Amino acid sequence: MRTKKKLIAWTLGSAAVIGAVGVLSARLSPALAAGGARPVAGPFTLADGVFYAVAALTVGGAAAVALSRNILYSALGLLASLLGVAGLYVFLSADFVAVAQVFIYIGGVLVLILFAVMLTNRIGEVNISNASLGWASGGLLAAVLLGLLLVVAFEIPWAVRPMAGTPTTAPIGHALLQQWLLPFELASLILLATLIGAIIIARKEIRAE
Amino acid sequence: MTPTLSHYLAVAAILFALGLFTVLTRRNAVAVLMGVELMLNASNVNLVAFNKFVVGGLTGQTFALFVVVLAAAEAAVGLAIVLSIFHTFKTIDVRAADLMRE
Repeated sequence: MRTKKKLIAWTLGSAAVIGAVGVLSARLSPALAAGGARPVAGPFTLADGVFYAVAALTVGGAAAVALSRNILYSALGLLASLLGVAGLYVFLSADFVAVAQVFIYIGGVLVLILFAVMLTNRIGEVNISNASLGWASGGLLAAVLLGLLLVVAFEIPWAVRPMAGTPTTAPIGHALLQQWLLPFELASLILLATLIGAIIIARKEIRAE
Repeated sequence: MTPTLSHYLAVAAILFALGLFTVLTRRNAVAVLMGVELMLNASNVNLVAFNKFVVGGLTGQTFALFVVVLAAAEAAVGLAIVLSIFHTFKTIDVRAADLMRE
């Protein structure tokens, strides 16, 4: 009975969100559509095939994160997904961001997550399939959001301009030390604070008896 | 069909929805953090894709870099908190941790 009520509440909430964003996007789309033209379908080349493979790797990895019952498989799915996203960056001619993605996410964050998995879990007794919100309501909300985003992605005629891909590493370096110097220094400050904070939070308390 | 902006947006949308689903349904705090990482990645793909197809220049890529840096910081602090919760409560069920101290 209670779960039913919850489900109804979630459904109503999702419907309200859809309605609001639908109205908003309907009002926004003429403004966004300035000069946009439907792309012409070209022949299917090898690069397209590689793109679809990379996209499938990304989505498949994310699906493993979301659906796997074993937290370790979830971590490996995250690895696949992050690699796929790095591949997408390469396709978007963002070489520096792609390398940074591999270094920071796969070399740093993923290793950190694996450490946390190993330190906090007795792998045998993972109870991940248990839901905190319920599969039904969580899945409903995610599906509604997905449908909405897909409609926005494919229905709005984006004002796409043809742009050549150029190497980005040197220009990003110049931009970071000229235009974005203050955010750059702030980011380093945040990283330092994070470093100290993480150590203080995670260390074991040593009490003087 | 050659990948257009919409294809990248669609991949990012699927990533974001799966990340949201992970955050909503998992009880394991580490898995919840994984979902957050997925959502951040989805937004980053959008940033870089719009930078490439619509805006031009490097602003979107630089912003994506800052997002990556902050995501790393968030993961470090989040996992430290998870470890601390595990030491205190002997579980990382997100529903069990409702106190800041024992």
